[in-house]
Amino acid sequence: MINEEELKKLREISIRIRRHIVTMTGLAKSGHPGGSLSAADIITVLFFKKMRIDPKNPRWKERDIFILSKGHATPVLYAALAEAGFFPVEELKNFRRLRSHLQGHPDRLMTPGVEMSTGSLGQGLSVANGVAMAFKIDKTPRKVYVLIGDGELQEGQIWEAAMTAAHYKLDNLTAIVDYNGLQIDGPVSKVKEVAPVAEKWKAFGWEVKEIDGHDFKQIIEALDWADGVRGKPAVIIAHTLKGKGISFMEGKVKFHGVPPSEEEMKKALEELDKQEREIRK
Amino acid sequence: MKEFEYKHLRDAYGEILVELGEKYKDIVVLDADLSSSTRTAKFGEKFPERFFNIGVSEQDLMSTAAGLAIAGKRPFVSTFAVFAAGRAWEQIRQSIAYANVNVKIVASHGGITVGEDGATHQMLEDFAIMRVLPNMKVFCPADYYETKILIRKVFESDGPSYVRLSRAKFPVIFDETHDFEIGKAQVLKEGKDLTAVGVGITVHGLLITAEELEKEGISIEVINSPSIKPLDGETILNSARKTGKVFVAEEHSVIGGLGSAISEFLSQHYPTKMKFHGIKDIFGRSGNATELLRFYGLDPEGIKREIQKFLKDNA
Ligand SMILES: Cc1ncc(C[n+]2csc(CCOP(=O)(O)OP(=O)(O)O)c2C)c(N)n1
Ligand SMILES: [Mg+2]
Repeated sequence: MINEEELKKLREISIRIRRHIVTMTGLAKSGHPGGSLSAADIITVLFFKKMRIDPKNPRWKERDIFILSKGHATPVLYAALAEAGFFPVEELKNFRRLRSHLQGHPDRLMTPGVEMSTGSLGQGLSVANGVAMAFKIDKTPRKVYVLIGDGELQEGQIWEAAMTAAHYKLDNLTAIVDYNGLQIDGPVSKVKEVAPVAEKWKAFGWEVKEIDGHDFKQIIEALDWADGVRGKPAVIIAHTLKGKGISFMEGKVKFHGVPPSEEEMKKALEELDKQEREIRK
Repeated sequence: MKEFEYKHLRDAYGEILVELGEKYKDIVVLDADLSSSTRTAKFGEKFPERFFNIGVSEQDLMSTAAGLAIAGKRPFVSTFAVFAAGRAWEQIRQSIAYANVNVKIVASHGGITVGEDGATHQMLEDFAIMRVLPNMKVFCPADYYETKILIRKVFESDGPSYVRLSRAKFPVIFDETHDFEIGKAQVLKEGKDLTAVGVGITVHGLLITAEELEKEGISIEVINSPSIKPLDGETILNSARKTGKVFVAEEHSVIGGLGSAISEFLSQHYPTKMKFHGIKDIFGRSGNATELLRFYGLDPEGIKREIQKFLKDNA
């Protein structure tokens, strides 16, 4: 069971993560806030509730592995890693700067806690399959999680990998689709429709669950549900809002890869402060 | 002329894979519906739990191998060279080379000796597009025995590698005692009038040419350079210092291959007159392997002709 205290704690963490997303991209004057904010609640649950990880020992032999297939969402990943203690929170301000270990897209060799270098869309699910296969050979209970964008579903390799995961019955793998409905050039439905998403995954041999990707209870329950799926890979289709948490970014295509201005950054942080006060009430 | 035995490089690969697989339980092998051709099927029969046929999905194939590597396995990945280096180039770039993971890509069916299948299947650009990738090492053995030792040494080294093998049987020029070292070329025959560097099938042609021209009083130094990257510039430079002329023969485009790699080195350290003998910026065509080698002047006679011309033009 999930108690209220824990939910409150997760909500608070997600607000801190959103604050980092806003300031990181704002200070860097570049980066991808929209798709980071839509994934913030999912990432919060993964890193602060679900996954077996040890921030003090990033290469811990028993850890679960998370692959950010939608690699442009580094702000949310770095924010979670810093909050979890993989590296100091102060380093976030160097995001995307020369000589920083926080590259624009994830780099497994530079950043503690980053498991795979991604950024070219479509490759992360295949990588996660490889990890899951290795875990099967080793007969270890370790799990692998992979976060995929909805626009990213247009990559052919995703469906190659979807077939592979089903064929090899990778039930130690959980994929999560950040179904925020937007990509760079506009709504996914206008650029190139990916719907019906659930039916596609089902047809490829996956167990599918659809949830509200901003409802902590649903996220936790879905991840637990995935643990129970046997003989098939599981995918959680998380319906989300791009830019979630910052009123003027929500549902805005523009904030995919445009950082907030100084003015917008201030406004966004005020909104988050207000949200935090409400939780603490 | 000496009679040569002909053997498949890919047979050597299939055999050594099984041998290594017995000993090292962390080896996994992936293929993309060509395991009988690439010879990874042997490993698959012996160790089914460590063999993954990914189907006709080369992009997925490469990234999956990267995933196995980050989880501690030592993957070998095989398909035809054109689909490995070509179709999955960007997956190799991002998930293997940039991520710097321990994945060994062993691609069969490189070059024109693929034969009858024609241009779509004849990879003539792989040295170029693989060696340009940071962290990636690039190799191409000359015969059955060199394949065995090369695969073993590549396996023992850390990080990403690309090895090109071939469909056709190649003449056996070495034996069990042959050695190979990453980053090392070998002077197979000493000479003073010309340095002739070969890789893969052309090494045989160079050896025959050198033997024949010796009788005419022309002394050729033959160098085998299976390690295209890292390149043994030193050995080639030392030879160039002696001969003053470098001829390179390869079953690859004259753009970006071994010849280019050598000229990149020599032009900066010891500028030397060079001749690149390979496929002249064109696609291949159908025919059998022997006919095609002759057609493109990469058989012993063609190589001899080109060398004589190069020597005459630069007398
Ligand atoms: C192979 C590849 N093509 C193009 C891009 C450029 N790109 C970055 S993000 C993006 C849109 C992704 O949309 P979606 O998956 O929906 O991401 P999200 O909405 O979650 O940010 C594109 C086209 C890329 N990174 N990789
Ligand atoms: Mg999207």
